[in-house]
Amino acid sequence: MRTVSGYSESATTRAQSPGAPGLLCARELTVCYASRGEPSSPALLGIDFDIAPGEIVGVLGESGSGKSTLALSILGLLPESADIAGSLVFEGKDLLRFDESAWRGIRGARIAMVFQEPGLSLSPVMRVGSQIAEVLRAHRQEGSNHRKLQVEAVLAEVGLTQVDRIYKAYSHQLSGGELQRVALSQALACRPDLIVADEPTRSLDGTRQKEMLDLLRETNRKFGCALIFITHNPGLLAGFADRVIVMYAGRIVEEGPVSRVFRRPLHPYTKGLLQLMPTSLQYAGRTRGQHLPVLPGTLTDDDHLSPGCSFASRCSARTQVCQTEFPAEVAPEKGRRVSCFNYEN
Amino acid sequence: MNYLERRVIHGVLLLAGVSVLCFAFGVMAPGDFFDEMKLNPQISPATVAALRSQYGIDQPLPLRYGRWVESVLRGEWGYSFAYNCPVRSLLMVRAGNTLLLTTLATLLAWLIALPLGVWTANRRGRWDDRLGLAGTTLLLSVPELVIALVLLYLAVRTHALPAGGMVSVGFGGLGKQAQLIDLASHLVIPAATLVLASLPLLVRHIRASVLEVLQAPFVQAARAHGIGGARLLFRYVLPAAANPLSSLLGLSIGGLLSGSLLVEVITGWPGMGPLLLEASLARDVHVVIGAVMASTFFMIAGSMVADVLLVVLDPRVRLGST
Amino acid sequence: MKTEEAAQRARTPAHIRAVGLSKSYVQRAPFSHKKFAIDALLDVQLEVSPATLTALVGESGSGKSTLARCLAMLEKPDCGEIWFEGKEISRSGSWELAWLRPKIQMIHQDSAGALNPRFTAAQVIAEPLEIQRRESGPKLRSRVCELMEEVGLPANWADRRPLELSGGQRQRLAIARAIALKPAFLILDESLSGLDLSTQAQILNLLLDLQKAHSLTYLLISHDLSLVEQVADFVAVMHQGRMVEHGAGQDIFGSPRHAHTRELLGSVRLVESAFRAAQAGGQQ
Repeated sequence: MRTVSGYSESATTRAQSPGAPGLLCARELTVCYASRGEPSSPALLGIDFDIAPGEIVGVLGESGSGKSTLALSILGLLPESADIAGSLVFEGKDLLRFDESAWRGIRGARIAMVFQEPGLSLSPVMRVGSQIAEVLRAHRQEGSNHRKLQVEAVLAEVGLTQVDRIYKAYSHQLSGGELQRVALSQALACRPDLIVADEPTRSLDGTRQKEMLDLLRETNRKFGCALIFITHNPGLLAGFADRVIVMYAGRIVEEGPVSRVFRRPLHPYTKGLLQLMPTSLQYAGRTRGQHLPVLPGTLTDDDHLSPGCSFASRCSARTQVCQTEFPAEVAPEKGRRVSCFNYEN
Repeated sequence: MNYLERRVIHGVLLLAGVSVLCFAFGVMAPGDFFDEMKLNPQISPATVAALRSQYGIDQPLPLRYGRWVESVLRGEWGYSFAYNCPVRSLLMVRAGNTLLLTTLATLLAWLIALPLGVWTANRRGRWDDRLGLAGTTLLLSVPELVIALVLLYLAVRTHALPAGGMVSVGFGGLGKQAQLIDLASHLVIPAATLVLASLPLLVRHIRASVLEVLQAPFVQAARAHGIGGARLLFRYVLPAAANPLSSLLGLSIGGLLSGSLLVEVITGWPGMGPLLLEASLARDVHVVIGAVMASTFFMIAGSMVADVLLVVLDPRVRLGST
Repeated sequence: MKTEEAAQRARTPAHIRAVGLSKSYVQRAPFSHKKFAIDALLDVQLEVSPATLTALVGESGSGKSTLARCLAMLEKPDCGEIWFEGKEISRSGSWELAWLRPKIQMIHQDSAGALNPRFTAAQVIAEPLEIQRRESGPKLRSRVCELMEEVGLPANWADRRPLELSGGQRQRLAIARAIALKPAFLILDESLSGLDLSTQAQILNLLLDLQKAHSLTYLLISHDLSLVEQVADFVAVMHQGRMVEHGAGQDIFGSPRHAHTRELLGSVRLVESAFRAAQAGGQQ
């Protein structure tokens, strides 16, 4: 496995995440995908973070930032070609030492996941009710009658009214909004302590998107389960998440409370992302055909391997040192951290 | 009209089409059953001509087809010149023997291929998967003729199994149980040949179907919910793979039927294969047509079974996906 | 504002116009005699002016994609007319359509699925040119390079295959293929929804540049209203197979009239205002 140079020094100056003692603590989490004949490309590079019980953490990043790899690592679902190192401590136990059967006891019961495409995450040949019951069956020894009642209860909890119809339906008979709720009810069935949601609103229109966010927030309040909400759209985190973790090229580049990060972003990447946000005020003066604000360039595989700051190639504020050295993490104020040499500018 | 009714009507139309084609090609080919007699100096040309008109061979094609259809409707399925009896009585026994062999072979092939395909899919890329792939590649490249000959050779050398036929001499004198054992021992070689010949394709298709489902997002999701092991396999993976596999079942029934004709000839199994061969050589047209029709019928029935299975197993087909 | 737009629309002839389009799909369950008819389009009117960007919005299942497929002549409507550059095209046979097809191009959501994974980028772009016998030999090669440059793909990527490209780059490749035949009308069926925000903005800017250069007409299908608001000249809102609202972008976003549009827009505004509040440092 690749040695992650430059990171171990910075770990000492790491800003302590708020909310400790954590529900989930990741230290030096590194994931590499080995591909035949080629040097393995790192997807996560020495990530540290803590999740406190009951909080909502937004993970913000574009494709290639490693946010989906992060989600899969937390559920132990990485493909066999992936090498994982570091530690991932959940309620005092290091998940990375778990074997498959120990993982099975955690997945769905203590840590659950909501997927991006609810239509695809349900079996097409099994009734929706049975699929929720399967989750309960995997983790609890109860009679099937009792289980059915529980499924109906959990369907009602996610705001579905026609419980009978939905219980008996197949996934292709449900609407997009219903599917999203069914997917959430599967995750909720065993009352997990942590739900990982990987872009659950990406394919939804505005109304359904808002509904889903409200539902997740309500779930979080009612059952006190922590939520990791992965997205590429900072607009969804405002008024929803407590904290935001900004990821770029497999690293955490900025972290802090949503309100403070959004008001005064420190990392140039965060600044750029927030400027992209469409807010209707800015259209008033816009003429037809005028360009939209952009964050120039794209995230490439080379950025992951760069010895310097991985954002340097796209950064407008870069200096000489950015190309040669990865910026150590600093904590400019309590509860915040950022990896940038020039964050103060 | 519902699905099943439509399928039955399609099947009947297909059979009618096959009969017309068979009849046309069988009759239009040069020569007929009585041509050989012309070479015999002891039979006068007048006798041959009389025989030909007696069997109606000198009449025009549409008329002969009409008479054949009439005899089909009477339940005779035409008349065999060689055996001098209605085709039906000939065919029923032979078709029964073929059906016994192919049903057994299909059943066995699936019973072996299904766990093998599922196992190799689950162990993708490991040594046992590679071994399985190598084995199926090897079997795939050996024609069934060779498999049959090798098995026959082994049977003759070891005297462990009878090397041909369906029953031993003196079969009638045996008790019920001994009769069954005798029949079974005769079945081993033709059935094993058919199973070995169809196994590689089945295993590969099953492996591919299961692999595809294993990579589907809903299987990943089920794993994320803590469902794994046998439960994941039997509740999620196999039911979803049933859709392509039931189509494969229809195809495999058809494939085994056509394969069995050759294997029957080699191993001396008294099914439709040897009958068809003899009848073709002797230009016994009605027998040829009858045999072809019977195997077409089996094939249509096989794919119909597969389609009905598909409807039963897959709610997307059953309920219509909206 | 409204009357000015309307007057302008009346002056310029519509580039493509749908009149009273209806389309339904009939389904039948096996083992039963029941039939279901699903109305995908119900008496839909749409008018797209030349060199504008019209956004077609609505939730999934509202008929957006069916309308797009009818306009792209991939499907025939049950009834109604489609006028393109002054000709009625919905009843034309495939021979008559042959000259039309290059002029109307469609770009799909899933560019990974819509591009042949075995082709290189250059082959993907060259294919329509070869089929239409527009160019060959060195001329073809230089045209492919030109197109790649135009959509912002480095020319030395000509040998890369679609799966080696990122989502945004694949979408650029799909655009290059679509504009290779110099079309007049481009349908973008959720082409931006799989992309990250930063990539979306880059691709939208590319589309705006191409529009300026070739006076292209766009029909952008999207479920993302905040994206649509950034670029749409006109907006058409569909709901359950019907066109419920159709007008200038400012009018629809400024004062939506139909309840469904208001509902769609309302939730977008809520998310936006929460974001603005957070940026301004307001309480959460």
